[in-house]
Amino acid sequence: MKKKVWIFVFLTILIFLPLISGEFFVNLASQVLIFAVFAASINLLLGYGGLATLGHASYLGVAAYCSALLSLKLGLAHWATAPLALAGTTAMAALFGLIALRASGLGFLMLTLALSQVLWGTAYRWVGLTDGDNGLRGLTRPAPFGINLDDARAFYWFTLAVCAVSIWLMARFVDSPFGAALKGARDQPRRMSALGYDVWLVRWITFVYAGFWGAVAGLLFVYYHKYIHPISLSLTNSAEGLLAVIAGGSGTLAGPIAGAAIVMVLKNYVSSYIERWNMLLGFVFVLIVVFMPEGVVPGAKRIYLRCRQRFTSRT
Amino acid sequence: MQAALHVQDLRKAFGGLPAANGVSLSVAPGERRLIIGPNGAGKTTLFNLITGDLVPDSGSIRLFGEEVSRLATHRRVHKGLARTFQIITLFPKDSLEHNIVLSLLGLSKARWNAFASMRDSAALYGDAQRILAVVGLEHLAKRPVAELAYGEKRRVEIAMALAQKPRVLLLDEPLAGLSREERGSVRQLIGAIPREVTVVMIEHDMDTALDMAERITVLHYGCVIVEGNRAEVVADPKTREVYLGH
Repeated sequence: MKKKVWIFVFLTILIFLPLISGEFFVNLASQVLIFAVFAASINLLLGYGGLATLGHASYLGVAAYCSALLSLKLGLAHWATAPLALAGTTAMAALFGLIALRASGLGFLMLTLALSQVLWGTAYRWVGLTDGDNGLRGLTRPAPFGINLDDARAFYWFTLAVCAVSIWLMARFVDSPFGAALKGARDQPRRMSALGYDVWLVRWITFVYAGFWGAVAGLLFVYYHKYIHPISLSLTNSAEGLLAVIAGGSGTLAGPIAGAAIVMVLKNYVSSYIERWNMLLGFVFVLIVVFMPEGVVPGAKRIYLRCRQRFTSRT
Repeated sequence: MQAALHVQDLRKAFGGLPAANGVSLSVAPGERRLIIGPNGAGKTTLFNLITGDLVPDSGSIRLFGEEVSRLATHRRVHKGLARTFQIITLFPKDSLEHNIVLSLLGLSKARWNAFASMRDSAALYGDAQRILAVVGLEHLAKRPVAELAYGEKRRVEIAMALAQKPRVLLLDEPLAGLSREERGSVRQLIGAIPREVTVVMIEHDMDTALDMAERITVLHYGCVIVEGNRAEVVADPKTREVYLGH
């Protein structure tokens, strides 16, 4: 019940945020929400499946490129490009999962990295299709039910709605019997096999599901920027997502959201004041790992409980 | 009568070192079979081959007449094979009842449900309570496994295997590391396993194990060297030579 109250309060603040802040912060909040969906999808693999991936930007980038190319090359409308991009990217995740899940641990990490580098290289070099380093321009935002999303506030609320539904569906997923199997496979894969679970299949389904939500983040990403560049498929993008999950707290629902906020605020806000913002980002991660190795959300909870315990023992 | 478990000429080598060197054994339905042998005899390797944790180099494994040697571990479980582990393999952060629920879910189609809440699985939690009552741990159902004593964890291992409603149950040293009192309670628990379950057990506590078993197989360097009832095995000079030490 307490958790539901917190979620309600948090959502209310987010809904009313555009009414009390300027366009710059509304846009920054939109980027945080998009990155939160991306980080939450990585969290399905890392936090709940114990599968560290360095290739998740593939799904974000491919969905964004699919949507852009279908729109620019074939002239399709958003109502057609969005489901086609999602379906195509999810199918690609299914294929990549077949390859990457042949290994576990470092092998899995390297396979996801290798596959994403193939896509990144292709996006850079296939100039005829992707316009290479120039990226694809001239894209538009959709207008669901006639609502113009070119307005920063309207786009923010649209993103917030998609983000809320995404996080809710991911939360349902990990709280389900299947989610219990996934967490069991993370902790004791051999025992789970001995209990009758097909550990490989559990991981593969999760890989595909995470790929789907990575694709959703990709659509929001391309709608926001109205531009797509090969850097969206890069290792840096995957690593930032992974760091957001670790910094926020892997295996928690709020962790990736907090981690996404940390990364995006440092990247897009602090960077306008500090030239070497990458250094600051690194420093912040070092501090988090030293003082809250479990991540900001579980770490803050631990400190709060400790303080409360001290306070109650005094009184 | 068709054997519950039939192993024929099973072979497995690790880098040229044979761990199972043509093992053959046949266990009748409902039988209590004890596997003994000195350290390195290949007892746990044999269990791992039967469960599918290891792939045999050659040989066959039949469960109630059905060839299972090429099936994945989880598929063999769905054919009625369950096991416990020599080194306790539980989910220490989770509650006892959650451990049992995972065991119950493993054979249920509900394990694929990705959108129902675990909190809606009241029936499963009810069943878990009943199973925990069988092993005398229902009062600890909500406690994390990490907080349990070693002997209680052993009982949870057995409870998880029983929750799978197995036809053939493999117990890998269920009494290892237990105090005398704990051994008594686990022994009682194993003794109460219904007769329709075939039990194959590896155990080093000879006094207890020999009392519980109807037939005994002695392994040495991956080979079956003696097989028979208690009197036959104890009297056999090969057993005395390799295992009993006199």
